[in-house]
Amino acid sequence: MSTRLLWRKTVNMVMLSLTGLCALVAVSALFFILGYLVYHGGKDVNWDFFTKLPTPVGESGGGMANAIIGSGKLLLLAALIGVPIGLLGGIYLAEFGGKTVPFVVRYTADMLNGVPSIVIGIFAYAVAVMPVRHFSTLAGGFALGIMTIPIILRSTEEFLNGVPRAMREGAMALGASKWKTIYGVVLPAARNAIITAILLSLARVAGETAPLLFTAFGNRFWSPGWGQPTASLPVMIYTYAVGPYDDWHRQAWAAGLVLLGLVLVINIVVRTVLARGISVQRS
Amino acid sequence: MATVPANVESASVSSSSRTLLRRLSSGDEIARLVTLVFALTTVLITAAIVQQLWVNSAESRHAFGWRFFVSQEWDPVFSKFGALPFIYGTLVTSALGMLIAVPLGLGAAIFLAELAPRHISDVLTFTIDLLAAVPSVIYGLLGVFILVPLMRTEVQPFLKHKLGFLPLFQGPAYGIGFLTAGMVLAIMIVPFIISVSREVLLAVPREQREASLALGATRWEATWKAVVPYARTGIMGSVFLALARALGETMAVTMVVGNNPRIAASLLGPGYSIASVLANEFSEATGTLYLSALIELGLVLFLLTFVINGLARLLILVTTQRGSGTAQV
Repeated sequence: MSTRLLWRKTVNMVMLSLTGLCALVAVSALFFILGYLVYHGGKDVNWDFFTKLPTPVGESGGGMANAIIGSGKLLLLAALIGVPIGLLGGIYLAEFGGKTVPFVVRYTADMLNGVPSIVIGIFAYAVAVMPVRHFSTLAGGFALGIMTIPIILRSTEEFLNGVPRAMREGAMALGASKWKTIYGVVLPAARNAIITAILLSLARVAGETAPLLFTAFGNRFWSPGWGQPTASLPVMIYTYAVGPYDDWHRQAWAAGLVLLGLVLVINIVVRTVLARGISVQRS
Repeated sequence: MATVPANVESASVSSSSRTLLRRLSSGDEIARLVTLVFALTTVLITAAIVQQLWVNSAESRHAFGWRFFVSQEWDPVFSKFGALPFIYGTLVTSALGMLIAVPLGLGAAIFLAELAPRHISDVLTFTIDLLAAVPSVIYGLLGVFILVPLMRTEVQPFLKHKLGFLPLFQGPAYGIGFLTAGMVLAIMIVPFIISVSREVLLAVPREQREASLALGATRWEATWKAVVPYARTGIMGSVFLALARALGETMAVTMVVGNNPRIAASLLGPGYSIASVLANEFSEATGTLYLSALIELGLVLFLLTFVINGLARLLILVTTQRGSGTAQV
């Protein structure tokens, strides 16, 4: 074997192993993250964590019940804003669109998807906090809702476009109107895919911290109704992690584990059960 | 004769209004209008974001003009606001993140698209997609408690010892700082580079590989000289997409960058970024000029990511359409 060939074969082997190493490093990051969270936070995830309010500084114990409920309320608001706009907008793009309007809508949706979450927070602050002069659950849910719109919109459009033409023609041939066809045939065919997109978009905003910092703000107590500032899991993690107390750090790890567990479980269940064989829209 | 056109016209009017009525009663027209309204809401919200940023930053824009971008002073007490240290910090941390993430991500994407057997590739890609779903505050949490101590006691002293003659690696080892923020960013954006690059590589026509292999190229030569150049534009697109994420990333950077508005050659020292200063100071801003200056920073960040994102989508669109067209972005 000539030295030249030997050299080429060596380069081949080395570079191929290096790409494998890159993949290994990237994949192992997830297991490192999960491992550290379980190691540091596992023992503090207990019944109290889910049922008690945070204790005053210096007292150990307590939990994050208010933050868990707060996150739930914020996600509910986000879904109420994001699902109608994203779903119906997506139906328009896929079923009724001409040329100009869908182009503009698609373009702005992609643009909206790329807006940094902290900038969405500024927007929500400007329209939902400044006029009423106090932080509120509503403002936080509004910010999160905006973030879900582009994901749901573009996924819905993509999945509806994936429904075979023959199904539409079959319905139309039986005399159904266009709307009946969409409602009765096209939407059910794409149902699982659309639910997947909605759940994944909610899982994504469930971990968003930046847009909540100056909209939902934070709260050490229960937040009754929708007009008060509210605690949320991601903001609690941030506040507790950068705070000076060991108790807080322990709680931050526990909250991190709960949040990551929630996000990963939604992702895994949805991707493997609902979305078998569906390519999911990424940002 | 003269009545015929009038008749035709009235007939066509009545028939078109009848069609409209029929379409309305069948619900088609209503459905079209309702969905159109919701589709346009998206446009409206995006326009409102731009408008709000512009209007609410007016006071700062008038007070400082272009000096805002070259001044290094950030002194809320004396109402002096300059954006340069934040812009610098955003660019430096993102650049460091890219420096680590691009080779790592591209390598992993090549492995997943070209080398790994299909079922292994699928499992690994699934894991990478999960990694992309990890909230940024979790990265920040691990950054604060795992990476920062590691940097302080191991990595930074090592860098100072070996490379201390460079101004980049001088000064005390705090653990926090530009370099740490760049490393956290790198881990966060790698999944985006991998998943988009992988799809772009998979869209490269088979013939491209086969021709190269038939000419006697090794597997690596075929990949590096025939497949990757073909997908170059799309890979650039994935890189820009990741860059836009890095520029706008808030929580993880805020937690490890050190939050000190300064411009210095050393990467070991603490710095600041646009997104971090917004996260830290926005809810405590007193006075309208202070708030307005922060919102102008938000506007700068918005424009920066807007341009980079636009470029990314254009590049990805160009390659995937030239290829087999099966890749979805």
